[in-house]
Amino acid sequence: MKIAKKVIGAAWLVLVLAFIYIPILLLAVYSFTDAVMVGGAIDGFSLHNYVTLFENEELRDMIIGTVLLALGSALIATVLGTVGAIGAFYSKRTAKRLIGYANQIPVVNADVVTGFSICVLLIVLLGIKKETFVPLVAGHVVLCSPFVYLSVLPRLRQMDNNLYEAALDLGATPAQALFKVVLPQLLPGILSGFMLAVTLSLDDYFITTYTKPSTFDTISTYVVNATKGGQTDIKTALWALSTIIFLIVVVVVVLMNVFSGKKKAAEERI
Amino acid sequence: MTKTLKLRFNRKHLCIPYAAFLILFVICPLLVVIYYAFTNGTGSFTFDNLVNFFTNTNTLGTLLYSIAIAVVTTVVCLVIAYPVAYILARSKFKRKYVLLMLFVLPMWINFTLRITALKEILSAIETNLSLYPFLNTVIGMTYDFLPFMILPLYTSLSKLDKSLTEAAEDLGANGFTVFMRVILPLSVPGIISGVTMVLLPSMTNYVVLDMLYNSTYIMGSLIGSYFAAYDWHGGSMISLILLIIIFIITLVSNRFNDDETSGRTIL
Repeated sequence: MKIAKKVIGAAWLVLVLAFIYIPILLLAVYSFTDAVMVGGAIDGFSLHNYVTLFENEELRDMIIGTVLLALGSALIATVLGTVGAIGAFYSKRTAKRLIGYANQIPVVNADVVTGFSICVLLIVLLGIKKETFVPLVAGHVVLCSPFVYLSVLPRLRQMDNNLYEAALDLGATPAQALFKVVLPQLLPGILSGFMLAVTLSLDDYFITTYTKPSTFDTISTYVVNATKGGQTDIKTALWALSTIIFLIVVVVVVLMNVFSGKKKAAEERI
Repeated sequence: MTKTLKLRFNRKHLCIPYAAFLILFVICPLLVVIYYAFTNGTGSFTFDNLVNFFTNTNTLGTLLYSIAIAVVTTVVCLVIAYPVAYILARSKFKRKYVLLMLFVLPMWINFTLRITALKEILSAIETNLSLYPFLNTVIGMTYDFLPFMILPLYTSLSKLDKSLTEAAEDLGANGFTVFMRVILPLSVPGIISGVTMVLLPSMTNYVVLDMLYNSTYIMGSLIGSYFAAYDWHGGSMISLILLIIIFIITLVSNRFNDDETSGRTIL
């Protein structure tokens, strides 16, 4: 009975994993062939999708643009969210709660609505040109900073408040105490907030479509347009991109596991 | 008094830039949307957009269809994810964290690329994707959102105190009773937070449909179509209606939720 249960359990896990990974892995296999459709016969190994991906200027610009946008807006979001969280944490209750509520709006709101509302305010009402990238970056910062705020706040709660006071008593200026005592304590929260911001920005489609300059594309908007268009060499080059991103994610996750695994093991022993 | 003098710069003033940012880019856009929803092209007050929404069978049908898609997707995700989270949380496997990572790892791959992969497989199996639009939409949404259901469920199930289930067993409950009367009720916060993370996006994520085949039967794509037609007033009304739905769902889920289990923040 117990063994049967275990087998069914393991079978379920394998089935779900198959559902998750078969499409990605099959696409990865076909990205190394000349095939233009998944499911056909594989006739030999080819790297031409990878060559296209790196040689096609449009594709290259799109990838670089996506990464720069993600890093830039994540940086702004991290500064804003961290500073906001510190400020809010030491504010009076009402101010703290109001900021908390406002911070929650982009988190629960549908991205379509967030993107559309920013587009209506900045582009339609205020007439800011899309080509200035201001609406796009503002939109991405709105998307990301609430999550930075949310990952810094728990760190502030855990922090020993006496440290700041002690620094002041020992003659540090408030700014010094903040930079040399408080910020290092918050660093893990800030870093995970930044990582989260980068992934959110990379994954975004909706805010980008409503606010982007017409000649600029991120991976998301580019892929959506490419699936509608009929250019097969672009389509199959995107398979290569998908495979590369998959590999990067696997490597990053493995590395993070190796590092945090050691820490976790130590914590569990206590 | 001396303390306030010493702290010339007060830490709480640090929240001013962020508060200003939130007001400018979060609150103001929503106010503008509300304003646009109740005005027409010439700027005068009108209920036309509201009336149009509820008298147009196309928009009403879209609302109902996207709610149906969202509910079915959420139920499917829950049915698939609950056993996964349960098995993972209870397993004595040492490196189960690695297993969990395997399940949520796709979250970090751009979702349009994942849907591209799924589309290739589905079209290889079905040859014509438009034959089963509802089924394919649900498959696509499930594929996209499954990790967001597994993570909060796992978090809440792994926090569950083992001594409670052991106590129930000692008191004579069989496995089924233990699950129904102890484990399931205690995992409600995880279920609620998983449901909110899948329900809302699947109601509005029109890209999945858009990529699988060009369909406009989902709330988000209505906004998209108004956007494409430069009809800011109609689009604002749809946004407003979505906002109200989101607000209601959030209120309901907040009653059950402790904010710790919210999956998007765990990442």
